Amino acid sequence: MKIAIIDYGAGNIRSLQFALERLGVVGELTSDPELITKADKVIFPGQGAAKSAMLKLKAHGLDLLIPQLKQPVLGICLGMQLLCDYSEEGGVKGLGIIEGKVRRFSDRVKVPQMGWNKISKTQTALFQSINEDEFMYLVHSYFVPILPETIAISTYDTPYSVALNKDNFYGVQFHPEKSSKPGQKLLQNFLNLTV
Amino acid sequence: MLTKRIIPCLDIKDGRTVKGINFVNLRDAGDPVELARQYADQNADELVFLDISATEQKRKTLADLVLKVAAAIDIPFTVGGGISSVDDVAILLQNGADKVSINSAAVKNPELINECAAQFGSQCIVIAIDAKKINNQWKVHLVGGKVPTELDLFDWAKEVAQRGAGEILFTSMDHDGTKGGFANAALARLSDEVNIPIIASGGAGDINHFVDTFTLGKADAALAASIFHFGEILIPELKQKLKQQDIAIRI
Repeated sequence: MKIAIIDYGAGNIRSLQFALERLGVVGELTSDPELITKADKVIFPGQGAAKSAMLKLKAHGLDLLIPQLKQPVLGICLGMQLLCDYSEEGGVKGLGIIEGKVRRFSDRVKVPQMGWNKISKTQTALFQSINEDEFMYLVHSYFVPILPETIAISTYDTPYSVALNKDNFYGVQFHPEKSSKPGQKLLQNFLNLTV
Repeated sequence: MLTKRIIPCLDIKDGRTVKGINFVNLRDAGDPVELARQYADQNADELVFLDISATEQKRKTLADLVLKVAAAIDIPFTVGGGISSVDDVAILLQNGADKVSINSAAVKNPELINECAAQFGSQCIVIAIDAKKINNQWKVHLVGGKVPTELDLFDWAKEVAQRGAGEILFTSMDHDGTKGGFANAALARLSDEVNIPIIASGGAGDINHFVDTFTLGKADAALAASIFHFGEILIPELKQKLKQQDIAIRI
């Protein structure tokens, strides 16, 4: 199986690659449109700020490529947020795959949310064999509100989306590569997906 | 609900753990990777690696270690000790560290916090603050607590948050090593005045100290070293007890 990890200079990719290695597959870090298009699965990681991330994607033409992909695509953290059409973070347009506005947590809570939070999920293949109320590791200041595409919810200040799915596009706000065994299970489920 | 975090801290010198490690079934007590794996298996929520070596080889040794740890464990970890530039941070993050902890260098050059936050995001920038009470005022200290400054703990904490730090690791030098409990009054004041997560460090001696720091001290996470390494407190047992006290915790 060919796994492409979209390379646009987003933070800690090593841990993701190691997590895939533990599942017996190699995640190739690439910004080559041909390699990305031909991969069986595409992972769209993200860390840092929305605005600079979108600028980097545009510099490689990836903002146009990603929405055209037909194989299963998994956005992680900022990668999930950028699937939406707008982010309050820097007031930037996202990839527009999912209609929704990314918002900042209010000052009623500490920002960023940092640590392990419970998730509750719907019955989808991405969460197969993962317990209801499982803990996943999150670190983020912005969140995706509950949308029709929401497939898992957590609560911090307010209930919000920790996972999205539309067609072949999936997104998780938590870091599966850092979420111990449940996170590993989620990555395995993603690798098992078929379109 | 977001859970409180339990964080064992490993002191590293020349790529090996120092301080007493008293685990059973360890083939090599000095191997940070094996220890990290054990703590991950015990459901530690995060790990901190603090490099206390002072050799020229330090940077490379630390980067190699980070890579090995990232390959071995699937929970987040922070690396600290002598980090003083954007380049230092970049190498550690590229090798798989989730966060870096910056201490003295941030005091000497506060702009470093802004630069790191802008380049890597606030989420991976932890500012470590060592402080002790002098004439009833909490004063920031540098170089592992050896050098006092005029900086007030609370002023400095507010400044680092404003500059883009994602988290504060506060060590009370008055409590560190005493096993008499964390500096809960100061911790609670930090949580009231600064809107980023606070890690409590210094003073852990028994399970009740953790209960107190999460309730009275309003801490988001608690860090300890020797009591975990010597097996005086076992993390699974600690977490069960915290849960029984209605503290949000990941079991």
